Amino acid sequence: MNFDFSDDQKQLRDQARKFLAEKCSAKAVRVVLDGKAPYDKELWKGLAEMGFLGVAIPEEFGGAGAGHLELCVIAEEMGRANAPVPFSSTVYLAAEALLIAGSDAQKKKWLPAIASGEAIGTLALFEGKGNPSSKNVKLTAANGTLNGVKKPVADGAIADFAVIAARTGSTGRDGDVSLFLVDLKAGGVEVKSLTNLDPTRGQAEITFKDCKAEPLGAAGEGWSILTQVLDRAAVLCAFEQVGGADRALEMGRDYALDRIAFGRQIGSFQAIKHMLADMYVSATLARSNSYYGAWALSTNAAELPEAAAAARISATQAFQHCAKNNIQVHGGMGFTWEFDCHMYYRRANAMALGLGSLSYWEDQLIDRMRKKNAA
Amino acid sequence: MNFDDTPQEAEFRATARAWIAANAPKQYEEELRKSSLGRTVLRNANILEVAKAWQKKKADAGWACLHWPKEYGGRGSSPIERVIWQQEEGPFGQLSRMFIIGHGMCGPTMMAFAREEHKRTYLPPLASGEKVWCQLFSEPAGGSDVAGLRTRAEKDGDDWIVNGQKIWTSGAHYSDYGILLTRTDPTVPKHKGLTMFFLDMKSPGVEVRPIKQASGASDFNEVYFTNVRIPDHQRLGEVGDGWNVSLTTLMNERSAIGAAVSTGFPELFEYCASLMLDDGPAIEDRAVRSKLANWAVKASGLKYTSMRAISALSRGERPGPENSIGKLVAGSMIQDVATYALDLQGASGVVSGEEAELAGRFQAMLLRAPGTRVEGGTDEIMRNIIAERVLGLPGDIRVDKDVPFNKIPTKGRG
Ligand SMILES: Cc1cc2nc3c(=O)[nH]c(=O)nc-3n(C[C@H](O)[C@H](O)[C@H](O)COP(=O)(O)OP(=O)(O)OC[C@H]3O[C@@H](n4cnc5c(N)ncnc54)[C@H](O)[C@@H]3O)c2cc1C
Repeated sequence: MNFDFSDDQKQLRDQARKFLAEKCSAKAVRVVLDGKAPYDKELWKGLAEMGFLGVAIPEEFGGAGAGHLELCVIAEEMGRANAPVPFSSTVYLAAEALLIAGSDAQKKKWLPAIASGEAIGTLALFEGKGNPSSKNVKLTAANGTLNGVKKPVADGAIADFAVIAARTGSTGRDGDVSLFLVDLKAGGVEVKSLTNLDPTRGQAEITFKDCKAEPLGAAGEGWSILTQVLDRAAVLCAFEQVGGADRALEMGRDYALDRIAFGRQIGSFQAIKHMLADMYVSATLARSNSYYGAWALSTNAAELPEAAAAARISATQAFQHCAKNNIQVHGGMGFTWEFDCHMYYRRANAMALGLGSLSYWEDQLIDRMRKKNAA
Repeated sequence: MNFDDTPQEAEFRATARAWIAANAPKQYEEELRKSSLGRTVLRNANILEVAKAWQKKKADAGWACLHWPKEYGGRGSSPIERVIWQQEEGPFGQLSRMFIIGHGMCGPTMMAFAREEHKRTYLPPLASGEKVWCQLFSEPAGGSDVAGLRTRAEKDGDDWIVNGQKIWTSGAHYSDYGILLTRTDPTVPKHKGLTMFFLDMKSPGVEVRPIKQASGASDFNEVYFTNVRIPDHQRLGEVGDGWNVSLTTLMNERSAIGAAVSTGFPELFEYCASLMLDDGPAIEDRAVRSKLANWAVKASGLKYTSMRAISALSRGERPGPENSIGKLVAGSMIQDVATYALDLQGASGVVSGEEAELAGRFQAMLLRAPGTRVEGGTDEIMRNIIAERVLGLPGDIRVDKDVPFNKIPTKGRG
């Protein structure tokens, strides 16, 4: 038993941290935040060159073939740097869906393109209000063509392809849903960018009109594949959230040491110290839950569904908690556009919704715990 | 990252499991399983006697204080083996709570500061539960501010003469020995004038008076010292270095208590899984689920935080101030969990004791929980530790830091 990353994995973390500190400064993030670019293309290219995009993609499909623990390590650093690139959509959602359900030909086509940074992918699941549920999937697939609207789709406006959940049956059960792959650059697709909480990662509405699509995985298996994809993405996003929480805590701590009020460092006021201590506590609990999730993910353990839900809830709470209190520690400065606090606040709250909101994951966790206890 | 046993760990587990199956006091298993914070009742037996018998049996077979060196009554086990043992010991582990102060705090302090012959004399019977130890630190004027204590020790030939009073001393009424922090020089700033000893609780001049707790039970005591003689060779550490010695104790206290504090979550989950509310099973209620999920991730977060700490220990790292997290989180959590369990019981939640739902286990938990947030350092002190020693924030302003102890004001008002 050993509950930590290996020395090699820690080395990879240092390498990623150094790389991102250089290539993904707050200034670079702001180019996207201010709407001057839809994402950081240079950074994306750099990530590909470093091998980070394909770290968990097998070598036969153009990746580094390292594994999911390594991907968790990278994810944490992506969150810490608040990277304005479609990493989660492409790597956690699209690539994982392909790894789980793609045919050999589909994997050969898209995975090397992901690893090399040539293709951006995403998952189009939601159709307006609501959480992941097969009942909410209204977009239809018939005879290989899709009709309907997906919204919000993370990174939808810059994606080259999407994995799409579509309705293929009428039993009213999960088996009505199937997955499809669509080349978004082909016809029948209309994309509209949406204003959103976190402009460093875009959201879009995508309308499909008689759009050609190829099945991904067996017909009727869509919901069960999606559940697996969401669980894996929950663990990976949790690492991004842990990275973000840690960074927000660090920013708050540093400011508390620098800022003087009433003739003292504000970090010497107990109210501030205790707020920072509580941020540390939630970040630590989230990290520990996420490590468990990482272990379950990397070994494909039976505990993965429960571990993923726990990591997701814990990391979502921690990032939101740290990001909001970081602004509080910064006082009025924290509420200016100029300071970076709001970037983490935005990211924390956007990430809290992306894979389904907290209440959805709370439900999942309790269902899964019950199942385990009954077994 | 790996949760599976190595072949050696698996072998250790199998041996431990077989031994426990053959030797544990099974007649108490059910009662121990159903006990929770504030409620460990053995209906037909004296719990201290049962605990001592189990501990002795473990010691004789080499299963007591696993991580201690063999010559001091332990087994020289790795931190991981200790965890495996705890997993296998299950509810019987509750019995060792009776010895937590001795094993978790006094033992490690003795190991770090006592003379070799004292270690060999005193530690094995402590490990085996034959002798029980207590920790005599807190005083009416020195709780969080431990260094503000006033119990005096004055040198008299080869002995020290101790006068003063301790308070909140857990288990003093059935303890054989204690570690004692005293003031040996009131003319220097408070942290510099302290000295630590261990003593026989049966020494003439030691008087133990049980205190009735807020929960109604009496687990802690006032202890009075009137001209108690302690030989100098029972001093732990240098004269005037008592503060440093006590830091060793307190650091161990945080990890010992932190690791042992329960969260109440498993009890609540089990309860909600079977409880029927007016409009259906509690576990299907949206609000109940949300509460449960929030506590579930705290409980699992604590569990895996301590696994991470154990992995760090196995690599030879020392337990650090980050261990304060366990008690801080679990302490208020158990209070909230108990409050919520009673909320679910509605008006009948007010009934406690045997007549109450589940024989009053959540009521007992509610009444014991406030103590958990105070003992071994209050929530506020835990947060200070995290802020200062983990995050590197400035220490609190200390107006008494450079003042000779006998010049420090002693009353807040008037
Ligand atoms: C069940 C139980 C068992 C115990 N067992 C033992 C034992 O075996 N041996 C032993 O020596 N002691 C024992 N204690 C004593 C325990 O360690 C003290 O009660 C504890 O450290 C708090 O000290 P105090 O009671 O003097 O409270 P105080 O120090 O008077 O605290 C009162 C309040 O002021 C706050 N406060 C104090 N200082 C600060 C600060 N710097 N910043 C912010 N807030 C502050 C506290 O957090 C608390 O809320 C036990 C206590 C309990 C409840």
